[in-house]
Order: sequence, then structure tokens, then C-alpha cells
Amino acid sequence: MTLSNLAIGLLLTLVAAFFLNAQKRAFFIFIFSLVAVYALQPALPIRYIDFWLPTIGLVLVIVLWIVITPHEIVKSRENIFTFGWILLVIVILGMTRYLDGLSFLTASIPPRIEQIMSALVVFGILILFAIFWAKNKSIALGGIILVISLLIAIKYQPITIWLAQTLRSFNNQAIETVTAFDIRWLGLSYIAFRLIHTLQDSIRRRGPTVFLQEYVTFIFFYPALVAGPIDRLERFVKDLRAPFSRSNIEWGFIIERLALGLFKKYILADSLALVAINPQNATQIQNAGWAWVLLYAYAFQILLDFSGYTDIALALGRLIGIKLPENFKQPYLKPNLTHFWNNWHMSLTQWFRAYVFNPFSRSLRGTSLPAWGMILLAQLLTMTLIGLWHGITPNFVIWGLWHGLGLFFHSRWQNVLRVRVSNWATTPMRQQVVNWSGILITFNFVALGWVWFVLPTPQKTLDFFSLLFRFG
Amino acid sequence: MSSPFRILLKGLILTLFVALILPLFPDMGHLSGYNRIFPGRKRLPFGENPARAYNLSLYNLDAMFAAHEISQPKAAVEYRIILIGDSSVWGTLLKPDQTLAGQLNQRELTFCGKTAHFYNLGYPTISLTKDLLLLDYAARYKPDAIIWLTTLEAFPLEKQLTSPLVANNATDIQGLIDRYDLPLDPHDPELVHLTYWSQTLFGQRRALADFIRLQLYGVMWAATGVDQVYSENYTPPKTDFEVGEDAFHNLQRPLDESQLAFDILSAGIDLSPAPVLFVNEPMLISQGTNSNLRYNFFYPRWAYDEYRIQLAQKADENEWNYLDIWDILPNHEFTNSAIHLTPEGTLELASNVIDALQVKCEE
Repeated sequence: MTLSNLAIGLLLTLVAAFFLNAQKRAFFIFIFSLVAVYALQPALPIRYIDFWLPTIGLVLVIVLWIVITPHEIVKSRENIFTFGWILLVIVILGMTRYLDGLSFLTASIPPRIEQIMSALVVFGILILFAIFWAKNKSIALGGIILVISLLIAIKYQPITIWLAQTLRSFNNQAIETVTAFDIRWLGLSYIAFRLIHTLQDSIRRRGPTVFLQEYVTFIFFYPALVAGPIDRLERFVKDLRAPFSRSNIEWGFIIERLALGLFKKYILADSLALVAINPQNATQIQNAGWAWVLLYAYAFQILLDFSGYTDIALALGRLIGIKLPENFKQPYLKPNLTHFWNNWHMSLTQWFRAYVFNPFSRSLRGTSLPAWGMILLAQLLTMTLIGLWHGITPNFVIWGLWHGLGLFFHSRWQNVLRVRVSNWATTPMRQQVVNWSGILITFNFVALGWVWFVLPTPQKTLDFFSLLFRFG
Repeated sequence: MSSPFRILLKGLILTLFVALILPLFPDMGHLSGYNRIFPGRKRLPFGENPARAYNLSLYNLDAMFAAHEISQPKAAVEYRIILIGDSSVWGTLLKPDQTLAGQLNQRELTFCGKTAHFYNLGYPTISLTKDLLLLDYAARYKPDAIIWLTTLEAFPLEKQLTSPLVANNATDIQGLIDRYDLPLDPHDPELVHLTYWSQTLFGQRRALADFIRLQLYGVMWAATGVDQVYSENYTPPKTDFEVGEDAFHNLQRPLDESQLAFDILSAGIDLSPAPVLFVNEPMLISQGTNSNLRYNFFYPRWAYDEYRIQLAQKADENEWNYLDIWDILPNHEFTNSAIHLTPEGTLELASNVIDALQVKCEE
């Protein structure tokens, strides 16, 4: 997100906070989130794809909302209006092709209006089909599979490249210059988590029933579109429906988090990005000392970048009455890996705990595996999936396993040594030594894990480890 | 008014005061991590692709020199030799140790019982005034000898002030114009004059950002030793020309001496705190279509031949230590320009230069 995008978002949110009542505020968030999906989508080299991806996302969200929502609610007057508004926004954004002054609302020139109208007819049929036929558990499960398939298609390079080649051929564009970056779908990772959460809750008959406008707002909520946090529908809707008054705005929180977020993201993180390890410089570094410096720079860059975005998202959300969940709580100052993961990208880890770790652990209870084996398997699976969420490559798998094994060994270590350590750490000084030793070890374990995360191949990663420790 | 608003208001007033009212942020150019936290650069900062080159172009001479290894204190046993010139001296496409200064340093020469150290102060724009500016600044680093390489392209008066480094150091240039009565207009619109607002923190935000980036890239320079993109895929210099392609800027035939910056060259040699070896640098001599008209992309034959005659006469009249080695290198020793050399070509150049260097030992 650029600073100008942020400034526009902040300004409009301020206007909304000052001048709109609760109902109009919810409508503003809905419309602004819809527009943001298009405006923040990066421009892509495949013709019109940067218009179609947000549109497909929108249709997908509508269809899946239909799947999880009782029939009588779907056909309510409010929702018919919402359909109309969504249609209108898509058409107006499509019309910017002919309106130079509004071209900033889309990543690049939208398709011709007749193409958009034709596509909307197809999408309309799909939505009608969903309204009349998609009404059972297996369809919701199918929705989950569809969302996961989309994630795989976008995050697994061979498929992404094949898709990009196919689309380029279809558009009569050169296929020689195809790359995996041809298809970048803004916010898909976060959208997918929100969709899976609501579909899964629907299967378990847990989730709340919401209007389409609320659901679309939840999925595409503009402050959290780019980098989370991943909220829960029931919590989000509670805020959205709550009475909103200008006098309740928590200015202290908003100013502090906004200033902090801007400073962290646009000054500290962007500066550290110049000196942080990346695939280009990793092979150019000449000595171990500087390799460590670049690695630590990356460790802090990723934290400050991510938590800076979160601060900004929290501030913008709070300005308009939505209390997004916290995502980072000083994760590098935690004395062990378990605490680190309880404080790093918290909304993601909570999501995986709820939808992967806990169900999988429960499913293992009937087996003959020992307790430690169940924990190991569940932790490895959870962390590997977290790795794969970032991208389907061997390095992300290894990064996940790195942390999965780290968590497992920490839990074993804790069982064996906790008593001995606490027997030794009888003075405040010794307790400090134990605490800071834990922080140092945990931080370095996490920092070394980032090497797998940031470099593209195992060989390059091993070469970098060799440099760090001067093997060979 | 609620407390957060009061804090915000105070913050805004303070920001405005610092950014707009407070005239000038302190001259930060001398504050540098180079030569302290990370090693000094082996050439002046210049870069068109900072993210890949870990280097960038800026115009703050203090910051540029503070980032250079020349800012280290001069040891008693050091014989300090400065190289001035264009991109061929700076070393486009050459690694720091492959440049002329780098190759001369590898010879581990001693002069007057001291260890010779050659400093690369070349800079990739072609203008004698730019060279003069750098030479004037470099004088404070107590050089024992100066090697100044140049070529005809640096001479036309009309392009003396077009180098961004020159244009953005208007005060220094005006000082040089006054001091040496140079044939340049101190109010030339090319020169970027500082207004009050441009000197405030707000007006200097770009310069400040460049300064910070230069410091940050010091880490990458220290870690990698990389200071430019060493591309192996480059377009070789043009060697085929059209009929009638024999113009040199707007200059008429015969070459008018008054349109060339000989006075600036004289000023440079006069202000130099140490003996100067002045070198007419090697260039590519085309053997392609219509190469009877042009030597290369830069020069028609008539202009270059007349320039060499005039320069030799000036050197002779003024008793300059002058070395004309324009044709010493075969064409395969040039890379992406008629004056950019391969490492091997630079090695050959170094041999010629060192033979011509006259050393004066202090009593």
C-alpha cells in the first residue's frame, strides 16, 4: 500500500467517522471496501486480469455467502439491494475506462463495457444457480476445497505460470515473458482464511447469520485487506452493528497506533529493506559478520513491516468503530518459541489452532500414538501448512518444519528441564539470566528460520548457512 | 480540547517549525558511517539502479567525499595520488579493483620512500567544470600528485554546466567562476540556486533521504563489495555511421578554440595543490561504415584532430605534463562506450600512465 493510498483511505475514513451515522457508516465501509479491492489490486501484465481477479473474488464471496446463508435471508429486500450496489460498483469501475479522471480507481484500464456486461450475465447465472441449488453441507465443503484450490493455483508457481501462459495465449500476448508474478491477487491469502472460517463454522452450524453487505464488508474490510489481521465474523459483525458515535472514537489509541504504524512501516521497515538479506544479495555477501547483520536486518524488517501495517489497520478500523484483533505483541522479546508463536501474527496462529491443530489433535486421540507423537504430528502439520500458506515451495515447507520441530523440542525441553532451571534460578539475577538467555536463543532460532523463508531454494539457503557459520 | 488532540496539535506545530521555519537542517554531509562503521567507498557515489548497485547518485559533495576512502586520515608514509576524470576513470562496468586506480594500487608502488595510494575520484559525467569542482574539493585531502584524464567531449563550453553534479553545486561553481574568471555565466539557468525554502528541512527532504540511503547502502557495500551493476550484456559502441554524420555539438569547422574550455583546464592545473599529469584518454577508433568521417559516436575526425593539435600546443606553451594516448588501445578493449575500457584495456592504460607520472619529493 502506498502512502497516497493510505492518505486517501485515512481522509475518507475521517470524513465518514465525523459525518455519518451508524447505518450510513456501515454502508460507507461496504462501498469503500468494494472500491479498495479494485484500487489496491496491483497492475498486472496480462490484459484486464487486474480487473477480473477482484471481480471473480467478489462473485466467489457472494456465492459462498449464499451457501452459508438461510434461503429466506438470501432473498430478503436488503440483500437484493446489496446485489444491486455491487453490480453498480462493478459497472461504474468498468466505466472508468471512458473517464480519465477516475482511472486511479482501477489498477489499469478496465475491459470494454460490453465484455463486463457479458461477464456479469455469466456471474449472475452462477449466483442464481447458487441461490436455488447450493444449499447443503457438501456444497460448503466444496467451497472450502474451491478456496484452497485457488490458493494453491496462486501460490504454486508451476500452476501459476501455466495459468498465466494460458491467459496470455487467450489474449494474444507474448508467452515468452511469462512469470509467476503475472497473476498476483491482492489479499487472496486473507480473503481465503476468512472464507474458510465462515464455511467451516457453517458446516458446524456455529457461525452467525449475516446480510450480504455485512459479509462482503467482513471479507474485504479495507484496512485489513492487504495484511490482515484475520478477524472472526461474529466479532466483526458485532462491531459493525453496534451504535457508533463520534464521541466514542478513541483518538488516543488511533493517533498513537497510526503514528507508530507509519513510523514502523514507512521509515524503519522500508529503510531496513535496503540492507536486509534477499535472494540477490545473499550470494554476494563476502563474510559471516555482515551476513549476520543482513539477517538481523531482515528479522526486524519483516516484524516492523508487518506489525506497522497492523497498527495502521487497527487505527483505521477503530476510527470507524471496528476493533480489529491485535496481531503482534513484542514477539522477539519472548523467552521461548511457544510464546513467540502466541505473539507473532496472532490472528493467523489462532486461526490455525482453531481449524487445523485442535481438530487434527482430536482426530489423533483414538489412535495408538503416544501423547508426544500426537503433539509432534499436529505441530508439524500446522506449521507446515502455515509455511505453505506463504507459498508452495520446498523452502516454505522446511520453514514450517523448522518451527514445528522447534515447538516440539521446546515442549519436550520444558518438561525435562523446567524443574532444574527453576531450582537454579532462585535469585532475581539468575531469573533474569534464564529469561534473557531464552529470549536470545528464541530470537536467533526465529532469525535463522527466516533464511528458509526469504531465500528461494534449499541450496541457496544452505550456502547462506555455510556463510553464517563458515562451514567449509 | 481532549488530550490526544493537544498532543497532535503540538506535534504538528513542532513539525512545521522544524520543517519550514527552522532555516536549514545542520550540514549532515560530514556525518558518515563510512570509514568508521563500514569501509570507505573506492569511488564516488553514483548509481542509476540503487537496489541492485547498492549505490546512488547524490549531489552533496560533503557526503560524497565522506563516503569515499579518501576521507581517511593521510598516513605519514602515504604518497597520495588522485585520479580525476569521467566514467572511464570512475570505471563503468569495472569492479573497484579493475578500475585505473584499482589497477595502479595493485602495483604496490613507492614514491619518495612512501607507499603510493591512488584514489579514484572520477565521476560519470563528462565536463571539465565537473572535474574542476571535484579537484577543488579534493585539494583539502592533501594529494601529492594528480592524474587528470579527459577527452574532447569534456571541453565544449555549452555543456560545462549540464552535469547534474555541477548544476546542483551552484555556490561552489560560482566561487570557482569568480576565483578563476572562468568563461561561464554564474547566473546560468542550468545552475540550481538555493532559495530560503529549498534550504529548509522540507526543501531538503530529497537530499536528506539520499543521505540516509547512502549511509544504509554502506552496509551493503561493506557486505558485498558491490557498487554498480556489472552487466555482461551490454550494447557495444556504435562503429557504423551515416554519410554526413560529421557534426560535433554546435561547433563549426574549423574548431574555434574560444568555444572550448581551455581556461577551465588551465584553472584546474593552476589551483592544483600538487603536480598534474594531464592525459588525453584512449578512445575507440571505428573501422566501420563511414568511419573516415567519424572516429566514434562522440567525435567527427575533423574536430578531434583539431582538438589534439590545439591541446598539444596549449600543453607545450604552459609546460603541462601532458600525455596523449588517444589511440593506444585496440577496439576489443572497449565495452559499452567509445571511452569505457575492459579490465585488460585499463591495465594497458595504467602502464602508460605510470610511465608518464612525474614525482616530486618534498625536501
